[in-house]
Amino acid sequence: MADNALFEFLHMEIVAHVYKEQATREDIDKERVTCVSTLELMGFRVGQGLIERFTKDCPTFKDDLDIMKFLCKDLWSTIFKKQIDNLRTNHQGTYVLQDNKFALLTQFSSGKQYLEEAPKYLAFSCGLIRGALSNLGLESVVTAEVSLMPSCKFQVVIQKL
Amino acid sequence: LNGELKFHYTVHTSLDVVEEKISGVGKALADQRELYLGLLYPTEDYKVYGYVTNSKVKFVIVVDSSNTSLRDNEIRSMFRKLHNSFTDVMCNPFYNPGDPIQSKAFDSIVSTMMVQAC
Repeated sequence: MADNALFEFLHMEIVAHVYKEQATREDIDKERVTCVSTLELMGFRVGQGLIERFTKDCPTFKDDLDIMKFLCKDLWSTIFKKQIDNLRTNHQGTYVLQDNKFALLTQFSSGKQYLEEAPKYLAFSCGLIRGALSNLGLESVVTAEVSLMPSCKFQVVIQKL
Repeated sequence: LNGELKFHYTVHTSLDVVEEKISGVGKALADQRELYLGLLYPTEDYKVYGYVTNSKVKFVIVVDSSNTSLRDNEIRSMFRKLHNSFTDVMCNPFYNPGDPIQSKAFDSIVSTMMVQAC
């Protein structure tokens, strides 16, 4: 379907652009951190807007777990055309979302090649999750890890006030 | 200006009622998880209706008590329109969530609705 490819290409270009912009300034160490933050913030704002649109016609969520399930099923299907494969939680505010074939990583490799580059391409999606949760009233910290492409895990830790 | 202040006051006090209603959701039945909250409370001069989105944004409509022709389903559809316009505002890249809404499109939809209701 054409629309999948559109977003994938746009996303790749966004990442490349953000890194190219940073490369024109000095300080290699800072480069990685600020690029990832820029991408994450972009994802955050997109997540906020998207969740507003997608939850327009839903009934109110019962609790945090209900929200996470919505994220894994409905939100993931709408954006990445598949659901999260595995959701685990310690029932104390930490959730691990596992996607065995993450749409934005499938074009890279099916193993360990290009593993070091993967985090750049996960920053936006981490922000997306954080933005979506934030607009639903849950402040969180979202990180991602990849050990074998195209599978990746997003860890969400809900911040209790 | 006096009139505007009264409306601000009415809306602020209605927020307490909204909070009461949404915090009762967990204990209530599953199918009471609607976004539309219905009539919050009637005063001498006004009827106040509420609606909460999943993103915890609260919409409040204050209607003159003398306007008896407005039915429940009309109020519901007004809230739907508000919710739809608000979603569009949220998706506007020039809008920063949390700021006052400055979208002219949003203003015109609200004004049209108010005119139609009278």
